[in-house]
Amino acid sequence: MLKNRIIPCLDVKNGRVVKGINFVDLQDAGDPVEQAKIYSDGGADEICFLDITASNENRDTIYEVVKETSKKCFVPLTVGGGVRNVEDINKLLNCGADKVSINTAAVQDANVVVESSKKFGSQCIVVAIDAKKNGDKWDVYTHGGRNNSGIDALDFAKKMEDSGAGELLVTSMDRDGTQIGYDINLMKKISSIVNIPLIASGGVGNLDHMVEGIKDGNASAVLAASIFHYGTHSVIEAKEYLNSKGVPVRI
Amino acid sequence: MKLSIVDYKSGNISSVINSFKEVAKDKVNIEVTSDIKKIGSSDKVVLPGQGSFKSCIEALNNISGLVDELNDFAINKKKPLLGICVGLQMFADIGYEETETKGLGWISGKVSKIDNQNGKYKLPHIGWNEINIVKDSKILKSIENNSHMYFVHSYEFIPNDNKVISATTDYSTKVVCSVEKENIFGTQFHPEKSDKIGLKLFNNFINL
Repeated sequence: MLKNRIIPCLDVKNGRVVKGINFVDLQDAGDPVEQAKIYSDGGADEICFLDITASNENRDTIYEVVKETSKKCFVPLTVGGGVRNVEDINKLLNCGADKVSINTAAVQDANVVVESSKKFGSQCIVVAIDAKKNGDKWDVYTHGGRNNSGIDALDFAKKMEDSGAGELLVTSMDRDGTQIGYDINLMKKISSIVNIPLIASGGVGNLDHMVEGIKDGNASAVLAASIFHYGTHSVIEAKEYLNSKGVPVRI
Repeated sequence: MKLSIVDYKSGNISSVINSFKEVAKDKVNIEVTSDIKKIGSSDKVVLPGQGSFKSCIEALNNISGLVDELNDFAINKKKPLLGICVGLQMFADIGYEETETKGLGWISGKVSKIDNQNGKYKLPHIGWNEINIVKDSKILKSIENNSHMYFVHSYEFIPNDNKVISATTDYSTKVVCSVEKENIFGTQFHPEKSDKIGLKLFNNFINL
């Protein structure tokens, strides 16, 4: 049976790990290569690096981080943040990333997803959707959550599947950093209209939230940062808990 | 011992290289190459594969003499060869991804899309799944039944002769995920991304 995945996410800025609270107020908390290794040894099903300020700043540091991490971690590595075009994707894959997540560039031009999935295969193209509820719908935000594109998140999700995305990483901006749980309605709605796996992100505060993300939100995988990063729970604790609640995970 | 990882410009093979280097340490000379002379003089060959069946076959054909060299290596010389993911799928006679494409024809069979049962199963099949070992295989030595391996694919290899199957995994159907036919080995999952158990499989291949 296919297991649900637990994916610790490391927010990286200038080659160092940080974790944003609602995308601001960053705290420095370590070396990404070492952190990734600790997570993979501790049972993480994948590792995710998000280069958070990459859209605005020099991002060459991330390539070194990816290169070093891929020599030490033998589980899938997803890298996102500031990925603008097919060449950026190519570079990250060559450094040892297994998947690349595309956010702003996919909103601005779906052809980036079409071209890259044709060139590298859908399996390595993840589209990251930052969604925020406005009235009775969710809008897609770009540039690390700063700009509202005005595009409906559900329509966008479908369009990305059709464009060749292999997975969707859906972050609720309303929940990100709040630790009050995933936006289950958002996850459930998107998951029901696409046939590709959905990774739920934004808002995990306890292990029950992960159970909800998978059981109620129909996510194939759950992504979390703070809960693991500040040692509230280890990955293996999370897995044992999910297992006890009837969520199949790899132990 | 010299092991060649075939670099035919199809997809990202850095993880395969990193994992083999981790396992090989200093025991094995690992070459990443598309040079047919180097491939021909290797003791073992690893054939990775990412992207579509069609794009991988085209990429192989784009390197002059490569398919003939691989045929000679695997079929005439009968030296050990390991195909990974689409690398395994290409062993088939024919693949149906994008369009009908002729495969290498080393293990008779076809490659078709996994039946998603009207959306019940999401595709690609991404993540960790258990393997059911159905037959002893040299590359699965000391790997326990129901071990987890990392999968990423939407198409499956369906061999004509069940005897080549060494492991399957449950996803919509019993998906063939490990094959062995004499000197030819293949995995649908990615040992290079399957943590310690995956590295063990690579170690088994190196130690053949």
